[in-house]
Amino acid sequence: MDRVRELASKKAAVIFTKSSCCMCHSIKSLFYELGASPAIHELDHEASGREMEWALRNLGCTPSVPAVFIGGRFIGSAKDVISYHVDGSLKQMLIDAKAIWF
Amino acid sequence: MADGSPRTDISSDDTDEKNQRFDRGKSTAIVAYDSSDRSKDKTDQKTLRRLAQNREAARKSRLRKKYAYVQQLESSRLKLTQLEQELQRARQQGIFISSSGDQAHSSGGNGAMTFDVEYARWLEEQNRQINELRSAVTAHAGDGELRIIVDGIMAHYDEIFRLKSNAAKNDVFHLLSGMWKTPAERCFMWLGGFRPSELLKLLVNQLEPLTEQQLTGIGNLQQSSQQAEDALSQGMEALQQSLAETLCSGSLGSAGSSGNVANYMGQMAMAMGKLGTLDGFIRQADNLRQQTLQQMNRLLTTRQSARALLAIHDYFSRLRALSSLWLARPRE
Repeated sequence: MDRVRELASKKAAVIFTKSSCCMCHSIKSLFYELGASPAIHELDHEASGREMEWALRNLGCTPSVPAVFIGGRFIGSAKDVISYHVDGSLKQMLIDAKAIWF
Repeated sequence: MADGSPRTDISSDDTDEKNQRFDRGKSTAIVAYDSSDRSKDKTDQKTLRRLAQNREAARKSRLRKKYAYVQQLESSRLKLTQLEQELQRARQQGIFISSSGDQAHSSGGNGAMTFDVEYARWLEEQNRQINELRSAVTAHAGDGELRIIVDGIMAHYDEIFRLKSNAAKNDVFHLLSGMWKTPAERCFMWLGGFRPSELLKLLVNQLEPLTEQQLTGIGNLQQSSQQAEDALSQGMEALQQSLAETLCSGSLGSAGSSGNVANYMGQMAMAMGKLGTLDGFIRQADNLRQQTLQQMNRLLTTRQSARALLAIHDYFSRLRALSSLWLARPRE
């Protein structure tokens, strides 16, 4: 959990993924499309990947990846990101966290 | 001389040509007899009349039989067309029917058929709700009443997304195939359903007048749904790519070596894992559809929402009707 929090606070937009996860690819694409440059951390390439995945699940992230943090705050998985994007709040969150400017 | 004898009124029919010729022949023969024998003449007249009536009756009987036969042909042809259509429809629903015409097997298993039944029921209910909404709008019902019906229709949409979510766990390929939709709808399908951004494009013109705020909102919504669609499409492409790579990779070695078998099984296991993520994509696509509908509803007034829902339903109804026409079209 510490590792997750530590990494999540280092950049305005942070996404935890797995290299084999294609839904993660979708969410990454969406962030790039919005002009954000999120920090990507692949759990299968992290030393404490298993513990991190466990921590994410405990946060309520189902499935555990992709797990999105904006401004250090846990936003959710793919379902949440899409919902927030549709009602316009994702963009606002990114602007507030200075991940994007417009 | 031949025409001098009394003749019954016989229409010029093919079969009657022969009879007319016969008549003339007979008449000639009769006239050749001694016309001074008047009593015999009278009997002959009666005989002639009777024979003519017999001929007429026979002709009518032949016509009746001919007509009955043609009728039978016509109804058989109709029945054949109907059966062909049913067969076509059944085949499209994934029910395998062997050409020798014995038992039908469901290729999708119970999951597919269950969903098809549930979907049919859902459509029926939606038709009912839409008719109710249409009546209310035509009768200039107040916002309060319209709101209740609109909320009901929105809740009903939630229901189909729930049903699809369950069905995706059972048989994601059935949903992706679109076999539960009609052909024309299938043509426009994206990730197991309609494309939200396309739907919004269709609606915008029908919703005027819109306030500045609404126009901006709808514009943003169109852009957001387009972006999300692109993102999900890219994820799907990555999945297909990854799956193809998994199935292509293989080591060259002597056939039957245990290493090869282990490799093959490993590949299959990995491919299975990737296939398992497909239902996640359908679920997020449906999530996008649901969110888009809800956001649209939030941006519009009750009356505008009512018009929007009617317009959406009419569009899909027409697509379904088009499919029916297409399936029933005469073929060479």
